[in-house]
Amino acid sequence: MALDIVTGNHAAGYALSRAGEANRRALGAACGIYPITPQTEIIEYVSKFPFTKGAVVPVESEHSAMGVAIGASLAGARAFTASSSNGLAYMAENIMVAGYYRCPIVMVAVNRTLGPPWNIWADQGDTLMMRDLAWLQFYCETNQEVLDTTLMAFRIAEDPRVMLPAMVIMDAFIMSHTQCETDLPDQTLVDAFLPTCDVPHRTKVEHPTTIGGLVWPLETVSQRLEVDEAMARVPEVYEEHRQRFYDLFGRDPGAAVQPYEVTGAEAVLVATESIATTAREVVKRRRARGEKVGLLKLKMFRPFPDEQLNELLAGVPKIGVLDRNYGASVGGIFGMELRAALQGRGAGALVQDYLTGIGGGDVTEAMVEEVLDDLLARTRGGRPVWKGVKS
Amino acid sequence: MSSLSVYNEALDHDFLLRPGNTNCGGCGMSIGLTMFGRVLEEAHEKAVMVIPACCGIVTAGAFPTTSYQTPVIASTFAAAPAFASGVAAVHRLTDNPAHVVCWAGDGGTYDIGLGTLSAAAERNENIIYICYDNEIYGNTGGQRSSATPPGARTTTTASGKREPKKDVMSILAAHRIPYAATLSVAHPEDFKRKVRHALKEKGLRFLLMLSPCPTGWKSESDYSVDLVRRAVRSGLFPLYEVFDGARYRVNAAPDGLDVAEYFKGQNRFPMDSLDLSAARETVAKESARLKTLAETWPAEATEGMA
Repeated sequence: MALDIVTGNHAAGYALSRAGEANRRALGAACGIYPITPQTEIIEYVSKFPFTKGAVVPVESEHSAMGVAIGASLAGARAFTASSSNGLAYMAENIMVAGYYRCPIVMVAVNRTLGPPWNIWADQGDTLMMRDLAWLQFYCETNQEVLDTTLMAFRIAEDPRVMLPAMVIMDAFIMSHTQCETDLPDQTLVDAFLPTCDVPHRTKVEHPTTIGGLVWPLETVSQRLEVDEAMARVPEVYEEHRQRFYDLFGRDPGAAVQPYEVTGAEAVLVATESIATTAREVVKRRRARGEKVGLLKLKMFRPFPDEQLNELLAGVPKIGVLDRNYGASVGGIFGMELRAALQGRGAGALVQDYLTGIGGGDVTEAMVEEVLDDLLARTRGGRPVWKGVKS
Repeated sequence: MSSLSVYNEALDHDFLLRPGNTNCGGCGMSIGLTMFGRVLEEAHEKAVMVIPACCGIVTAGAFPTTSYQTPVIASTFAAAPAFASGVAAVHRLTDNPAHVVCWAGDGGTYDIGLGTLSAAAERNENIIYICYDNEIYGNTGGQRSSATPPGARTTTTASGKREPKKDVMSILAAHRIPYAATLSVAHPEDFKRKVRHALKEKGLRFLLMLSPCPTGWKSESDYSVDLVRRAVRSGLFPLYEVFDGARYRVNAAPDGLDVAEYFKGQNRFPMDSLDLSAARETVAKESARLKTLAETWPAEATEGMA
């Protein structure tokens, strides 16, 4: 283990490369790489890594980057890539294929505003557009969490009970380009944490199969249902590997849903990624003043942890969701999904959505204070509240 | 010979395309697939195939059965060379001797997948890319593609296509790939030799095969092989090969058969409005161009011949 001061991109590149290297004991590692701001440093890191048994294919598009990862995964290798924003949109068709081909690919995605107009700053709309394509999604708050979660993502994705691809997500620049103290584990530790990758349905000339031919509706139902069942197993598998990670690295990679001062709270904020850090500071300050407020950080968004959310938020009268994303006409996507998850469960809570930091605007402590004031004063929920609007 | 003994004989073969598939009668793609499979079998070599959206993946049939006796990955329409690059990378890392073969139609090659193919060619990926060119989007019912020849009626060119056919061979040769060749199912010895050479070569090898589609071409299904022969003889589908994008060999020069002899067996060509003189001119120019290339930059006598 070595403490170093690195960016989120560096942490991601480090984890992807070490995880790939760990599979030198089996069929190796392969990735397709293509640049896009702000994730480019990740693929640069990967391209320079001296793999013992690894191939880095510098392709001509994000669509092909995922295509290479799918081909490599179906040939049995550990496969990964990284992308962002419009790159993810361009890749979308193959992102879906990776999911429904049950390829345990890991992709680090740096949240960047989808254009147009041309905007390189943080916004979650890109990865949220991919929320229904049979991928696991983990939204990270710190560079350390990016590194740890990337390693966890391989472990969970390749677990035979799951066998689904996973996306590890961080904010553009606020995390991708900000250096923080990060513990970079040795290869031996990564080797110990990650068993060799075994894709059971990989191509074998001695046992030829056709992957992805024609099916009828009935088989499609079965296939979708199998994905649903695999998704349902993730929370338990996650906790198992989280414990394993802790035992080995001496550090908690973080729960799927992370409550802070939620017990007995009258109002709870729900936040993701770096916004959670800011919100936690505000909550801490208000708690010190005796206000009954709390924070719930949502890390795992796919599968959607609705049981855990219902449990943790049971009896909380007011919930405010901080969404750094905008679904046209409906508002924030996290807010929409949370409202749907709580609906009909007897919770009866007020759920209010706040659009904060859309297009990469700063989500300041002052903004979170305003949000809390608004939430506490509310007697009923309403349309999403836009914050940071130019006056 | 009883039908049972024929069946037993069939089981002795290491088929690429198994008997009993549901492809149309006279499908040029099926003939080519069978011929390609025979060459592989004779060479005692294996292949993992990547097939994008096209009749070639419908060929597999409905899950859980498949007509392919070799591993097949269905890729997205534009991405067969990308999927194949991933497979090829792992084969290289693991010393897996199986060839990685893309099997794609003209829509996936000339149109939607051209950028992906160009990139794989530029990287010189260790892939054999075979395009079966039926000059239409056959799987969707016969729409124009950039491979559709001028004058041909398709469901989206009701009065015949106006633009020339894209010269995809020149595009691929311009990438300086180790091998590019055209294949004819009416010239089995030439077909076999070229596939064998492709199997021995490394890097991106591009093979273009004219593939009659009786359904789309409105031709008789027992006429397909003859049609390809006529296309070669008239010069509409020249048989040639390009080594390293630099050295040319013409395998069968046109023998004077008039282009009308190719067109008239296909109801996709409206004979009353077809510009035969333009077609003759195109053939003359293309034949002269290839002849000049092969004379100016000839292939070495032995290359590709072993």
